Amino acid sequence: MSAGDDFWPRLERLRRLAFAVGGLGLAASAFAWFSDRTEFTRMWLIAFLYWIALPLGSLALSMLHNLTGGGWGLAIQRWMQAAMRTLPLFVLLFLPIGLGIHELYEWSHADVVAADPLLAHKAPYLNSSGFLVRTAAYFAIWIGLATWLGAGAKRLDAGGGEAVAARMRYISGPGLALYFLAMTFAAIDWAMSLEPHWFSTIYGVVFIIGQGLATLAFTILLSAWASRSAPLKGRLLPTHLHDLGKLLFAFVLLWAYVNYSQFVIIWSANLAEETPWYIKREHGAWLVIAVVLIALHFALPFLVLLSKTVKHKPKVLGGLAAGLLLMRLVDIVWYVAPSFSHDIHNPGFHLHWSLASNFLGIGGLWLGVFLSQLRNRPLTSLPEPDPQALAAAHH
Amino acid sequence: MKPKFPIYGYLAEFHDGDELLAAAKRSRAEGYTVMEAYTPVPMEEVAHTLGYRTSLPFIVLAGGIVGACVGFGLQYWTSVIDYPLNIGGRPYNSWPSFIVVTFEMTILFAAASAVLGMLWLNGLPQPYHPVFNVPAFELASRNRFFLMILSRDPRFDMQSTKSFMDGLGGLSVKEVPH
Repeated sequence: MSAGDDFWPRLERLRRLAFAVGGLGLAASAFAWFSDRTEFTRMWLIAFLYWIALPLGSLALSMLHNLTGGGWGLAIQRWMQAAMRTLPLFVLLFLPIGLGIHELYEWSHADVVAADPLLAHKAPYLNSSGFLVRTAAYFAIWIGLATWLGAGAKRLDAGGGEAVAARMRYISGPGLALYFLAMTFAAIDWAMSLEPHWFSTIYGVVFIIGQGLATLAFTILLSAWASRSAPLKGRLLPTHLHDLGKLLFAFVLLWAYVNYSQFVIIWSANLAEETPWYIKREHGAWLVIAVVLIALHFALPFLVLLSKTVKHKPKVLGGLAAGLLLMRLVDIVWYVAPSFSHDIHNPGFHLHWSLASNFLGIGGLWLGVFLSQLRNRPLTSLPEPDPQALAAAHH
Repeated sequence: MKPKFPIYGYLAEFHDGDELLAAAKRSRAEGYTVMEAYTPVPMEEVAHTLGYRTSLPFIVLAGGIVGACVGFGLQYWTSVIDYPLNIGGRPYNSWPSFIVVTFEMTILFAAASAVLGMLWLNGLPQPYHPVFNVPAFELASRNRFFLMILSRDPRFDMQSTKSFMDGLGGLSVKEVPH
């Protein structure tokens, strides 16, 4: 094995690159903050929603795995645990949103609310202090769960045994329900309230499925990247990739299912207070993006993942996962960016350049912190392949 | 058609899965292709070793595609061609609302072709199979592993195949009558 194939130097190189890209991105973002606060804050929200999906999806899938068990979870457990430990970083990254409430949300302006009976009616919920208090509660729930489960995982590493594993299962059941509740309300507060007249009851679930999908794609990509050298080489078996590929397939279907459900219910009812959301998004470039989403976020991965051989090949599966990670960004942009236009019939297509710097800035910083976290613990929970154990498994 | 050999094949009996797997590998290397293995637990590796291939995925895919076409076609034909109704001013070809039934029909047809295709490819139901003529074979559902080389195999020979299988190290090699 050549030195270039060793895992830890490769991780170190990626980590340094991530911090460098993150630093440059954030420097450019700082410039955007001073030159155009409104545009910067809008683009920051998009980048924030994209990257927080990875630690939150990791938290949710970890709890799911604690309840169900299975080799797929062992294969990506260490990635998810490291991602969960990065959650406190997002409290810091939320600051531009907290400071920019007036740039983002029309319900935060007293004069707008006074002139709008519907917003006045919603004001007991949709107001700045309520928004901040609820956000603090969401973070408290998520970070609390992540810390609790992280401590459990550490005790398991130290030989904690079945008692610790059982306690983690007890936490994970209610924890999963709490995560769902908190994320549903967070999606309503952070993204849906950008268009405060509109509502959709499946909106939170759309975000939750998106987070699960992003996390699976990210951990599959990492596993594929790490699988050609020790310690994953020989431990990450084709059967693990097969299971992860099947889960990815299920999440691709779920994504299409929840998005289609939202669409067909609004389309069938055809009510004036519900349709504007889609009327905006089937205009001009947004329609093109919608078609691209159907083709590349659903149809293509659906057809490719039908094949069993594809799910056994780290390179093909990893490439598909990378494509899906890109599509997650397109999806979030399509969900959020049209909200900033108030002209339903001619929303126009407008993105600010700081979307790129915010995306790379948050992403680089987060990836760097994530990779630093990875170095602190064993890299895989998968057992060393043992010829005797394999033989015994046959009886 | 009269069979070429007086027996259906030779059946070798093994203590455990590893012996069976090794025997299957050696038989493959020897050039035998028409073989069957019987195990009390699922052993995917044996299927690979015996060169097992199945066209079931393509049958299921075809079933799914047919189901999608039938599902969508049925709704299109009834609402656009045979009995167009104006429902709240919506277009006759209201494809967004057709997706649900189309999806369900895709799953139904794919699942049905999976079950029926499996039965067809397995040759089930099959009231008679020669391998049950060997009394010891009932252990295949308990604690014994079996490998059979069929007399249909191009390399099959009454003497040389028997002595080859005797050398595989199993518990016994038995003739399977037709």
